[in-house]
Amino acid sequence: MNQTINQTKPKSLLYLDGVSVSFDGFKALNSLSFVVEPGELRAIIGPNGAGKTTMMDIITGKTRPDEGQVFFKGDIDLTQRDEAEIANLGIGRKFQKPTVFESHTVWDNLELALNRRRGVFPTLFYRLTADDKARIEEILSTVRLSARRDDLAANLSHGQKQWLEIGMLLAQEPELLLVDEPVAGMTDAETAETAILLKEIAKTRSVVVVEHDMGFIRELGVKVTCLAEGSVLAEGSIDFVSSDPKVIENYLGR
Amino acid sequence: MITSFLLKSLDRSIIAVVAILLGLSIAVPALNLLTAPDHPLHVPTYLVSLFGKYLTYALLALALDLVWGFCGILSLGHAAFFALGGYAMGMYLMRQIGARGSYGNPLLPDFMVFLNWKELPWFWQGFDMFWFAALMVVLVPGLLAFVFGWFAFRSRVNGVYLSIITQAMTYALLLAFFRNDMGFGGNNGLTDFKDVLGFNIQAPGTRAALFAASAVTLALCLVLTTAIVRSKYGKVLVAVRDAESRTRFLGYRVEHIKLFAFTVSAMMAGVAGALYVPQVGIINPGEFEPGNSIEVVIWTAVGGRGTLIGPIVGAILVNGGKSIFTAAFPEFWLFALGGLFVFVTLFLPKGVVGTVSAYLARRKAHRRAADADNARDALVAKPMAAE
Repeated sequence: MNQTINQTKPKSLLYLDGVSVSFDGFKALNSLSFVVEPGELRAIIGPNGAGKTTMMDIITGKTRPDEGQVFFKGDIDLTQRDEAEIANLGIGRKFQKPTVFESHTVWDNLELALNRRRGVFPTLFYRLTADDKARIEEILSTVRLSARRDDLAANLSHGQKQWLEIGMLLAQEPELLLVDEPVAGMTDAETAETAILLKEIAKTRSVVVVEHDMGFIRELGVKVTCLAEGSVLAEGSIDFVSSDPKVIENYLGR
Repeated sequence: MITSFLLKSLDRSIIAVVAILLGLSIAVPALNLLTAPDHPLHVPTYLVSLFGKYLTYALLALALDLVWGFCGILSLGHAAFFALGGYAMGMYLMRQIGARGSYGNPLLPDFMVFLNWKELPWFWQGFDMFWFAALMVVLVPGLLAFVFGWFAFRSRVNGVYLSIITQAMTYALLLAFFRNDMGFGGNNGLTDFKDVLGFNIQAPGTRAALFAASAVTLALCLVLTTAIVRSKYGKVLVAVRDAESRTRFLGYRVEHIKLFAFTVSAMMAGVAGALYVPQVGIINPGEFEPGNSIEVVIWTAVGGRGTLIGPIVGAILVNGGKSIFTAAFPEFWLFALGGLFVFVTLFLPKGVVGTVSAYLARRKAHRRAADADNARDALVAKPMAAE
């Protein structure tokens, strides 16, 4: 066991080992171990309360684990850092409910997300350069929002808000993207487009997607991890995982 | 489209307000000093001081708007920063009295002689110099805000909890300044000022100059806050207000963002207090009264939070109303103020300025849409006419 750890850890992008956390006696995560390789697109499924969102909270520094190790790029200990630091290390997060800055325009949302110095004085004296402009244009076309750049984010449709948030994550230039239920509440056409978008994004970085929609996961066609009661139940291709009797009993069967 | 218009109109209206303020800073003193008392346009000296006081209130409301309107920090303790700035100025004015006090002590202010103090406490040193007092006017409120904000924002105290501890802060200062042995004149505060920068503080010329200084300072601070909120930092402020955790997960240090705005705002409030004290002639612990801070919130809400011009308009409207109302029906003023706040919250949630500018934006958008329609009709009509 130790040997496998020593081999996987330095090569991994994200490495969780024996992570446990409990809230008021409820064990949200129970000795969870989980590895994401560089450049990997990974889907996570599991019933409600399996600990999917808690896992993201731990990776992004919102929650501290009671025990266990969390490493980024092999040797950066994430349990010692807070949200802002972790975001600047290159981990982006999309929330379950689309969260964009509603009283800003689509353009300003992306400008704020852009991977530039984020201190008080650098932002106070920031000037939009031609490079930054080009980068925002590029992201706008990736997330198909070029025509709505000057609209307030509040006026976007639900699906467009989801895309804008994905666009903001791209602007952050993360190496690892954590995406929580990106197609919840989307139409079938939007879901299909989102699958294409995520596959496109995963070409240049690692992406972890939490999703309930099995059709969407099948469309992604990637390695699947099934969580239940705070630990990993099964891991493998979608067909392998969905035929596992434990997964059927805990999740799919219900 | 509406947004870009609003941004542009914000620019134009801010330039207009700055121009009005600068105009007033010349016109009011001129009408006061250069016209005869029976001239129809003459502005009596008491009105100059009264309007000067309103302008310092407007500056205080503007300072609150920076943190409340743009960053969502509802501070119910901003009057404390105002009062601290006022005390710093008051200490300078006390030291200017010199040997002209009732006890004729060249060094000690009257209340210290009365308390039988033998020497000037260390924290009164240096206040005989204007530059030092002026520095303290910004530094003391700024430092308090920095330390207070450092702990509050780092511990992520938010919303109503933050409002409550800001109230507690101003209340604690109220109690402290009431004590005689604090060395700030206790209950009576600091008063009986004689002159400022060598000019008699009662003289019409000094009063007019103080009014002009208030108007110019307000204009400068309006330009400063506009620059702050229009910068990328200003956009981050609004982002923190609307979705704090999103901002944090993008990699912004929310506590630093808040701390900067809070500190700048407290410094502005301190400057407002320093301009207020020589115009009303007294500073006492009553200025720390928690109710005072809540009134500032009402001015800002009435004028329109998050508009910068709104708080200025609100502070002048409400205080103008207060002056008229308390003269006519003194016992009903608090009911009127409370009623006004309820009315504004229910029917004008964007405040007076916010409502007007939203109406103008909508009308402009309508007109533009109508123009576009007409143009299209004309294009369609032309070929038909040619046939």
